[in-house]
Amino acid sequence: MVVAFIQRAVVQGIPLLFGSTGEILTEKSGNLNLGTAGVMYVGGICGVIGGFFYEQNAAHMNSFLAVLIPLLCSIIGSAIMGYIYALLTVTLKANQNVTGLALTTFGVGFGNFFGGSLIKLSGLDVPSITLSKTSLCFKTSLPFADKLGVVGDILFSYSFLAYVAIIIAVVVSLYFNKTRSGLKLRAVGENPATADAAGVNVERYKYVSIILGSIIAGFGGLYYVMDYACGVWSNDGFGDRGWLAIALVIFAIWRPNISIFGSILFGGLFIIHNYIPGLGMGTQELFKMAPYAVTIIVLVIISMLQKREFQPPASLGLSYFREER
Amino acid sequence: MALKPAIELRNITKTFGSIVANKDVSLTVDRGEILSILGENGSGKTTLMNMLAGIYFPDHGEIFINGEEVVIKSPKDSFAHGIGMIHQHFKLVDVFSAVENIVLGIEEKGRYNLKESAKAIKKICDAYGFEIDLNKKIYEMSVSEKQTVEIIKVLYRGADILILDEPTAVLTPHETSKLFNVMRNMKKDGKSIIIITHKLNEVLEISDKVSVLRKGVYIGTINTADADESILTEMMVGKKVDLNIERADIENKEDRLIIENISYNNREGVNILNHVNFTAKSGEILGIAGIAGSGQRELLESIAGLRHLSSGSILYNNAETGEKENLRDKTPLQIREMGIRLSFVPEDRLGMGLVANMDIIDNMTLRSYKKGKSVFVEKKAPTDLANEIIEELEVVTPSAKTPVRRLSGGNVQKVLVGREIKANPKVLMVAYPVRGLDINSSYMIYSLLNEQKEKGTSVIFVGEDLDVLIELCDRIVVISSGEISGIVDARNTTKEEIGVLMTKGRSADSNEK
Amino acid sequence: MKNKEKVSEPLFHIVKRGNLPTTKSWLIRIVSIVAALIVCGIVTVLVTGENPFEVYGTMISGAVGTERKIWSTAQNTAILLCISLAVTPAFKMKFWNIGAEGQVLMGALASATCMIFLGDKIPNWALILVMVVASIIAGAIWGFIPAFFKANWNTNETLFTLMMNYIAIQIVSYFVFEWSVPAGSGHIGIINPTSNAGWFPTIFGQKYFCNVAIVIVLTVIMYIYLKYSKHGYELSVVGGSENTAKYIGINVKKVVIRTMILSGALCGIAGLLMVAGTDHTVTRDTAGGRGFTAIMVSWLAKFNPIYMILTALLIVFLQKGAGEISMIFGLNESFADILTGIIIFFIIGSEFFINYKLKFREKTKEVKD
Repeated sequence: MVVAFIQRAVVQGIPLLFGSTGEILTEKSGNLNLGTAGVMYVGGICGVIGGFFYEQNAAHMNSFLAVLIPLLCSIIGSAIMGYIYALLTVTLKANQNVTGLALTTFGVGFGNFFGGSLIKLSGLDVPSITLSKTSLCFKTSLPFADKLGVVGDILFSYSFLAYVAIIIAVVVSLYFNKTRSGLKLRAVGENPATADAAGVNVERYKYVSIILGSIIAGFGGLYYVMDYACGVWSNDGFGDRGWLAIALVIFAIWRPNISIFGSILFGGLFIIHNYIPGLGMGTQELFKMAPYAVTIIVLVIISMLQKREFQPPASLGLSYFREER
Repeated sequence: MALKPAIELRNITKTFGSIVANKDVSLTVDRGEILSILGENGSGKTTLMNMLAGIYFPDHGEIFINGEEVVIKSPKDSFAHGIGMIHQHFKLVDVFSAVENIVLGIEEKGRYNLKESAKAIKKICDAYGFEIDLNKKIYEMSVSEKQTVEIIKVLYRGADILILDEPTAVLTPHETSKLFNVMRNMKKDGKSIIIITHKLNEVLEISDKVSVLRKGVYIGTINTADADESILTEMMVGKKVDLNIERADIENKEDRLIIENISYNNREGVNILNHVNFTAKSGEILGIAGIAGSGQRELLESIAGLRHLSSGSILYNNAETGEKENLRDKTPLQIREMGIRLSFVPEDRLGMGLVANMDIIDNMTLRSYKKGKSVFVEKKAPTDLANEIIEELEVVTPSAKTPVRRLSGGNVQKVLVGREIKANPKVLMVAYPVRGLDINSSYMIYSLLNEQKEKGTSVIFVGEDLDVLIELCDRIVVISSGEISGIVDARNTTKEEIGVLMTKGRSADSNEK
Repeated sequence: MKNKEKVSEPLFHIVKRGNLPTTKSWLIRIVSIVAALIVCGIVTVLVTGENPFEVYGTMISGAVGTERKIWSTAQNTAILLCISLAVTPAFKMKFWNIGAEGQVLMGALASATCMIFLGDKIPNWALILVMVVASIIAGAIWGFIPAFFKANWNTNETLFTLMMNYIAIQIVSYFVFEWSVPAGSGHIGIINPTSNAGWFPTIFGQKYFCNVAIVIVLTVIMYIYLKYSKHGYELSVVGGSENTAKYIGINVKKVVIRTMILSGALCGIAGLLMVAGTDHTVTRDTAGGRGFTAIMVSWLAKFNPIYMILTALLIVFLQKGAGEISMIFGLNESFADILTGIIIFFIIGSEFFINYKLKFREKTKEVKD
């Protein structure tokens, strides 16, 4: 049962890991994107739309295309969301909180609207959006996983997107600390005026990190539908995972490598009530509070410690205008 | 063969809204030359240089580098032309180490490797004699260490045109002479250097040529060899100004504020004020002189009830009751409730004395809004007060309902000083009250302070212009690195005497702690 | 002299505007709303295939087509406005309270608790009084907690209040399961369906009359509070410049905590209106995202309670109208959220043109040959 628990925790954690890695990348540029929840919905539904049309129209499904098409659609959808946010907050210097919340309203609405109306709009005669074939292609796991016993189950039994999530988190972490470009990005988030004076193109860094961050977060939505939900889209099914991803950013004190373990911990906290015998329905709900409560505790502790390295990027939430005086 | 000048500016104009910061400025700098840009505070020196650094973009005019016309749209363009600027407010990322800050924005060939970069940086440090721990985080550094990082940054980038914006303001004399040596070495290498300053002795010591700006207008350039202090002063201020500030002698002074042995450590635990003692008397203007950042700000804020002292006491001598009341650890509100009228014009006018987004009336309300038992703010008196100040102090504003951020610097200051004086203070503290003000406004402020003094107020005046301090004040307290290095009689002192006291540095025993 | 032509100049650069006349800035806002409505129209036409005038006609009739619909729009506007009023003092103080969702829920839960346990034990007027007090206290506590940490340790309030929302949601979920009727169903259902204890009375035949009237009164009070009271003045000073506030002797910590208690308490009242005046039950969706929408409403109105009536109405009108469209064309009701998003994007984008202007570079030199 422990193995099953860990497996489920990982599966729960992966969407959060995508979301938080994307959000960390965005926040390191000094932009707090509260639209991540919306972006993840859009990333999910765009993948579904792509997969839906491919599954409906292709006579013989090619498993490579079955993965590639939803993936590309997800990327395009999330990138557009990121672009809208960047355009408003970076170029037009709009308030980041308001823009982010509007983006979430829009994104969640977009997801639920197309989730609920896709069949009607496409005029196809199917009872519900169930992409079981596409989902199967996404869920292909490593062939040798079941031959390795418990180790295989815990480490190698997941679909490829799970490994992509971990790889992206590691790459982003290395990017921050081991590359020149990462140094510049961190400078933009800490002190854009300094970065600007040092010749860093602040706007470009913000745009790129916001859009890439959105794409990564969007994968979280895609993974959720294709893997966790087995290709079945249900409205609001994704729930509050987008906000949980933002919580995870704080928990990981803006470090994607901590986020990897954090996501599994959060995933575990999210489902632990299923594994404790004798809990009432109500008590189970109380257990679901744990990730948020833990985040608040971390937030309070880092603010009390006052250690500079643990603080959010210094210019988080502020827009930058070079000629401000 | 005549070499083309390294930099040539032609007819540069820059405006901010209705404010003209630079008007038709033209100047040239040759290779291997040090040019001083001299001007009073607010004469547009920094704005002009920021256009070379790519921070601002000129409205009109052309820039030539080595004879070729260039467009500097961003700091990146500025680097590409070999320009490196050391800003007065350091452009450093606090949570980064020195190395990280130095390599930021440099396109080096090869792999990104901080250790390798640190080695290369170390070579520069050794060559010029900088002593600095390259792995130290900026937020752990002192001001002069930060400046060293800034200078290394530009050197490491290999700039051949260097701009230094008031580099000596935060340095000790020893550090200053070290910096000047570095500058001379760079000049020998054929680099061009522009140094912004308003200190005449430095201009004469270090530069080859001096260009003078006055209120954004280019006045002219002369060779340093042909210049002396009086010529430069005349260029700077227009005609030779004998300040001629009136100074009355008041009889029967009594002690008003007795500062006893106060010490203050900031949040990071750094000692800012060290056993400070002095007494401010009624009917006198007590000047406070010192290099910027020697603890003046913290001293005034401590008296105003904004900082927690680690030791000492601030005694207010109440003439009516004859009692001495300790103001230490009292909040501004408590001080007011004790019936002590203490007015304070802080250095940061819009950030501390006023609320930039509020109109003049609402800013007048700041001092009086608590009055009365009503839950509502009384607006009548502040409105009258606002109109009174606008009229008496000739504040230029569309109306009393204009947000103060839209007023010019001088008018902002009149609003603030007016409000503080109208509170009928027993103690009036002013910090750099004429910074950024034109001559007329400055004189108006001086006469307002004199009026207060004649009324028996104890005025504490923190200033930077020694001439003004000597002519306006009765006594001058000189502060150096948070310690009182001397108290002089303004009528019998010289600029040199104060200058020596200002740069005295910490006494040996206090450093050991 | 080919080099000369190569000199590239930026086409324009951005300058901060000194001052734009009020009429002109409102013109920009109105233009942006019109532009947004056109885009919304295009999107709707693309989705439904109907002609645009019909679409707008449907929207209008959906929002104000019948008396019942007018009241429903008014009721929804009232609740949204109430929450917007609640978050406003915090925002004016530059305290980013995005925890209205949770504060509303806690107020709603407190009201519902009173209704369930005191419903048949005390007279109705006393019950409603107790509910008012309980919901205010519950909301206030939820506002106080992040404010306390912000005041003392500068803990990031945006993230803190955000997390508090989900704590509240889970607490409500817990009680919904514990008290569900019938047991185990996961729903509390309508509380006191026969005795109507704790329900706001129906006045002039309208069950929403109380809600609308209360919010109108609150709007006026909030307008006066912000503009004329000492508290309102203090929080504007704190929002304008914390250093100035300290300089003048305002106890910043006290103001932050006091204002957030007020903000939370008003959210609590919104929760009360939802339970006693509207739903007569509580679920985890009682706040229904309004806590977030309210932030946009308040911000779009420049924190002015009177303008907020208009912005809240605009959002509710859109949602109702889009709801009608989705119903008629058999689409998902989330269509409304898409339109809301588009409108807000346009309005927040338009602020840029109010605060900044594009300055085109003037040609200063002749081309010399």
